[in-house]
Amino acid sequence: MADEISARVDRLELPFDARGMDDYGVSKWHLAMAFRLLTLLYRSYFRVRAEGMEHVPPRGRAMLVGNHSGGIALDAAMVIAACFLEMDPPRLAQGMAEKFLNRLPFSSVWTARCGQLTGLPEHAQRLLESDRLLLVFPEGARGTAKLWKDRYSLVDFGTGFLRLAMKTKSPIVPFAFIGGGDAIPTVSNLYKIGKLIGIPYLPVTPWLLPLPRPVRLSVHFGEPLRFEGTGDEDDEAIQRSVDQVKERIAGMIERSRR
Amino acid sequence: MKVLIPGIGGLLARNVARRLLAQGHRVIGIDPRGWPGAPAEIELYPVDIRKRAAEQVFRHHRPEAVIHMATISALLADAEERYRINLGGTRAVFEHSNSYGVRQLVFVGRHTYYGAGPDAPLYHTESEPPQELGTYPELADLVAADLYAANALWRLPALQTAVLRICYTLGPSGHGTLASFLRGRFVPMVLGFDPLFHFIHEDDAADAIVKALSSKVRGIYNVAGPQPLPLSVIAAEAGRRALPLPESVLALLVGRAGLPRLSRGALAHIKYPIVVDATLFRTETGFAHRFDELMTARTFVDAFPPGGRRSPVPAPG
Repeated sequence: MADEISARVDRLELPFDARGMDDYGVSKWHLAMAFRLLTLLYRSYFRVRAEGMEHVPPRGRAMLVGNHSGGIALDAAMVIAACFLEMDPPRLAQGMAEKFLNRLPFSSVWTARCGQLTGLPEHAQRLLESDRLLLVFPEGARGTAKLWKDRYSLVDFGTGFLRLAMKTKSPIVPFAFIGGGDAIPTVSNLYKIGKLIGIPYLPVTPWLLPLPRPVRLSVHFGEPLRFEGTGDEDDEAIQRSVDQVKERIAGMIERSRR
Repeated sequence: MKVLIPGIGGLLARNVARRLLAQGHRVIGIDPRGWPGAPAEIELYPVDIRKRAAEQVFRHHRPEAVIHMATISALLADAEERYRINLGGTRAVFEHSNSYGVRQLVFVGRHTYYGAGPDAPLYHTESEPPQELGTYPELADLVAADLYAANALWRLPALQTAVLRICYTLGPSGHGTLASFLRGRFVPMVLGFDPLFHFIHEDDAADAIVKALSSKVRGIYNVAGPQPLPLSVIAAEAGRRALPLPESVLALLVGRAGLPRLSRGALAHIKYPIVVDATLFRTETGFAHRFDELMTARTFVDAFPPGGRRSPVPAPG
């Protein structure tokens, strides 16, 4: 497996220098280490099924936009693994990491070296303008905080991603992620304890800790959506387009659960 | 062209002065530190830029251009003195330039203007405001000087002003914030953090300053060399050993046990990156760095090998 992962890292179409680093500090060594763990989780622990990979552009800028579920960003990790393991050539999906991850020791280094930059509009725009593959969860941390009973619902979407897609002329590839809420069935979130340890909240499961069960997960990518405009349109116009993306993802979730 | 350089005694300023001389410019310098062994063609005035004698230099010589390099970094003086030199001196340079017919002014500032913090973007553009000043008050006077210089763009429209925010310099002189940090055998790091550092060879930095002058650019510009590298990689390239310590332990140890001096606020600068987007400067001036990151580190390590200095730094002059 190690050889396969190293070969895939080598085939990532990123501007690595001779040292194996790109100008964002993404490191081939760190990627290879991280993808060894992710591959085990993806193939053996969660036995992830990925559908519609043909909708993810093999190169050039694009925005993967999907639903959050399951206490921690397991869904992000598996979507990143899917783009790395199922695409040919592999692609590195770059997520917009929660800000607290950059404040924590080790997490700060590993998120940055693996291309998961802090969730800032400046980063998102720069990555798209560098023709990277951006991974966005418009529900934000409220999405991962969903309880088990709400696992397939969608909370409000932010609008920034859509303005950015328009401004950078990037296609939006919607996806539905299924099973995250069953892997980590959150029954409650401890916000005060989370704040004490420097994270937004601490999810509580029936077995207390947010350790995922080995349930089967799946990710379903849909046809790219393109929105014409400059990104400076009125809120109402943008909201209509955001609702369109949200409805598309909600429909994909419903179909994928059947 | 007649060029006046306040702060000409600094090593980077001397490099700039030599380049200007080589290009046939006439160079006048102001610096209370002087410049022992300076080229004979340079007219030197060992005076304080804030004093009347400095104004007389402007009045007498009527320079066409000024390159303001008379600012100091955080650790070289106490807060009051830094404020006087950095802000008071910058104000004097702009006022005299305006009064005595200077046509072009290059302010040489630092990329640390932007500050380092967990929520800061990786590539800073010139339009961004400074951040994290609350956690690093030692930077406030330099930031104030930068902002004062930048407001000359609208306050003094007849003066062609360029504000340069240059990233860390590194090279055989061993001078500068990053070089001082790398001088010892061990490079302290905050455990669990390894920020990207943006740096430029000191010769490239001097070339960039001269380029700003010759291109007659007007505006605010980030100036950087090759792509940024993690601090641990720079330490390794410089033949040093990275020493990761928990932040609380490091805060107690800096400046002791052979570790470089750092203010508490500066710890953020070894936790989080300050990386700049220097595209605008490259586009408008045609500047291109000659030294890549490996060559830059190599010139430093040749002059300052890990076990102690092997080859002497050329005597200034």
